[in-house]
Order: sequence, then structure tokens, then C-alpha cells
Amino acid sequence: MYSSSDLKKGLKIILDGEPHVVEAFDFIKPGKGQALYKCKLRNMITGTRLDRTYRSGESFEPAPLEERDMQYLYQDEVGYVFMDTKTYEQITLLEQTLGDDRYFLTDNMDVKVLVFNELGIGVTLPNFVNLKVTQSDPWVKGDTAAGNNKPATVETGYTLQVPSFVEEGTLIQIDTRTGEYVTRVKE
Amino acid sequence: MPARPNAILAARRDNLHKRARIIQQIRAFFTQCAYLEVETPHRIPCNAPEEYILPQESGTAYLHTSPELCMKRLLAAGYTHIFQLCRCWRKDERGRKHLPEFTMLEWYCSPGNYLDLMCTCEELFCALVPEETLVWQGTTFQVKSPFERITLSQAFTRYAPISLQEAMQDDIFEEVYTDHVEPQLGTDRPTFVYDYPTDMAALARCRPDAPHLAERVELYLGGLELANGFSELVDPIEQRQRFYAALKCMQPEFPERMMPEPFLSELRHMPPSAGIALGVDRLVMLLTDAATIDAVVAFTPEEL
Repeated sequence: MYSSSDLKKGLKIILDGEPHVVEAFDFIKPGKGQALYKCKLRNMITGTRLDRTYRSGESFEPAPLEERDMQYLYQDEVGYVFMDTKTYEQITLLEQTLGDDRYFLTDNMDVKVLVFNELGIGVTLPNFVNLKVTQSDPWVKGDTAAGNNKPATVETGYTLQVPSFVEEGTLIQIDTRTGEYVTRVKE
Repeated sequence: MPARPNAILAARRDNLHKRARIIQQIRAFFTQCAYLEVETPHRIPCNAPEEYILPQESGTAYLHTSPELCMKRLLAAGYTHIFQLCRCWRKDERGRKHLPEFTMLEWYCSPGNYLDLMCTCEELFCALVPEETLVWQGTTFQVKSPFERITLSQAFTRYAPISLQEAMQDDIFEEVYTDHVEPQLGTDRPTFVYDYPTDMAALARCRPDAPHLAERVELYLGGLELANGFSELVDPIEQRQRFYAALKCMQPEFPERMMPEPFLSELRHMPPSAGIALGVDRLVMLLTDAATIDAVVAFTPEEL
């Protein structure tokens, strides 16, 4: 168990049965009064954020989280299916859990899946992924309204800003942490 | 050997220069006012029992949480104007405004009461800020006498959704105080908050006209708590009762229920006096426009 004095940014605890991460933390102690531990917490399953203030001597259950090496297999009607590369056990992550990360999954991609009580609650992707542009309007000469960028959609359905010279069918590299265009890739 | 000099330590150079000058100015101020600078032991057998201040163990003894007890014994022995600049230790206190080892300025005068302390605070701040204005974290403060004075009860009435009495009854004093009251204290000039419930001032004298209130004062600027002082309690019987009440509430991790007996036995010789403790690191934060206490010390505990 953790106690109030263990609270710090990044600590993962169980609150109301669900894992929460401390996103911001401040220790406050007025004069001769008692210490307060002010936390901004994020529910790691739902993403909901909440503020909580704790006093000294409170205890917190550590969140039993495990990071597993897994491979992305396919999408089915429930969600996105991953396989543990050691045990071959399969886990399905829901669309809302993955958020925009779902757009960066390619077949057989090696990822790390964050698991809480056999429930996949997050995924760490490779920093860069290569995806093919499936739709992007050709650049109109003289159209400088949007600078030198234009919107493009890639094979997974994700839309992002790309430089005007990127054409349909081009393979591009995307930074999965920011979701932004990095460069063109030679096939 | 690291490839480069430690950039974090190097970046504090300006603040450390200012810090050294501030400490010299504090010494000069009190010396000029005919205060005697004293040094009392940092490692003592027993601190004053206070409910929410945890002492750091040091072998079979403790590091002092404040030099208060030893300095009051000097008052009881006939010293009338004394000050000390020293390191103090308080276990588990670490935040943007807290270090478990920090620098305290304490001064005591006899005869004196908390009103005298307020005057000396004003004089000290005016000596430290001769330009009369101070900019801290984007806000400009007027630093000239007289500072604002407000009772704790008035501060709750003015700034909090519930009264001081209600906050104490519901056991949410700290929550309401830190959320609503503290951020409003000293928003444009230094502010004294005074007259605290006796339960919140284990070493302060009660007001003769209002025995439920103690003559305790706190100094604030920009929501930052800078100093805490009292008209000192000099009645040894009442002091023992107050310590006993604090010990009874104390957290179980406090290992031994000890009383500072030499202090209690000499207290009856102490004349009416006043004393105050000022956090030097926080004062330096204000005077160097620093957002955190980390920026004004050479090393934080995490850097050791």
C-alpha cells in the first residue's frame, strides 16, 4: 500500500476499483495546520479526470498494471485483437480505449499493451509508422490560404496535414506520439 | 565524471547571490536594532509537541523543528532581544513551497506582544525592499507600512463560503483555508492575519478579553505564508496542558510522548515576550521572483 506521503506525479493507484494515474501533484501545509496532498488524477480506463485532496495517513492501493509485448492481429466487430508474443494469449482492445492510436496500427505491428486485471487499457506504439495516402486533393497553384499544407487521408482512415507535394499513393511516415507528418518514405 | 558541469546548480547562481545578500541584510537589521544573534543546538532531546509538525529523528534525539524552546529558555534567563538564523527540519514536508530542511529566522523580544512583532516585520520588510514595490510572479506588491491587518475570522467571512467556526466544526479548516482564504491573503500588499483559535496556537497566550482566541499572527504576501508569531504563553501550567492536548491528538507514528521538561520548568521565569519565525527560503523566493523553493537553495533533497 502507498500512503499520502508517497503521492507524486506518475503514481498509479486504485480508486473506486479502477486504475488512476496522478497527473499533477502539490503538497500544501498551512502554518501549524495539517498537510494536504492535492492531486489531479486520470482514470486510466475511461480517461475521466478528477481532483482529489488527501490528508496525511491515508492509504492507497497500488494499481496492478502490467506491460505485455504483443502483436496486432486484426480488427473484428468487438474491437482490435492483439496476441501475446510469448503465451499466444489474445486480448481485445476497444475503439474508445485506443482513441487515435487505432489509426496507427498495421498488421503484425509489435506493441506494448498495458493490462489491468486481464483488461487491456492502453497501448504503446512504435514512435513512427508508415502509412499510404489514399486521398488528398491535388495542390492548386496559387492557393496559399492554408500555407503549404493540405489535408490528406491515409489507408487507416486517419486525416492529417501534409505538405502540398504529397500525392495520393505516397507512403508517408507519421509520428504516433503527435499524430503529425514526418516525411515521405521511399518504397 | 559527468560530461558537463551541473546546469541546474549553475542556473541558481543569481538567486544564490541574492540569497546571501538578503541574509546579510537580515543580520545587519537585527544587529542595528540591538538584537543579539544566538546559536542554539540543532539536535535536541525533545521538540515542542505540536500536532502537525513531525520531527526528524537523529539517533536517540531529534533535529529541531524550530529553535523556539532553546531561545525561550534564553528569554527566561534574562536575555531580552535575540535572533537566530538556522536550519530546521520537518519530516515529510516537500512541495513547491516546502523543504524538509529549510532556513528559519526567529526573533524574540521582551517585553513585547504580537503587535510589536507586526511592527518589526514592517520595519524589516521596508529595509529589505527600500524601493517600496516588489514584483513576484507577475504581480506588483506595495511594501510599505502599515501592512493590512485582518483577523482569521474576518478573513473567512470575507473570502470563504463558510465561517471559520463552521469550517472547524466540519473538520475541513485546512481544505477551506487553502482553497479560498490563503490565495486571497496579501494580494497587493503584505497582510497580517491574527487572532487564531487557541487550539491552533499551542505556544501562544490567550487574549485576556477573549480566552478562546490566542494572540497568534501570520504574515502573508501573494498567498505565500512567510512568518508565524505569538505573544508567548508564559504560564507553565497552561503550557503543559496545551502540550498534553497536542500529544493526545498526535499521529501514531510519533514514537514517544515526551515533554520538554527543562523548558517547562524554566518557563515561569520568562517575562511577557513575543517571538516569531520567518521562512527565509520563501522570503528569498519573493525577493528573487522565484516560483518554487527549489530555485532559491543550492541543493534540494532530491539532488543529493
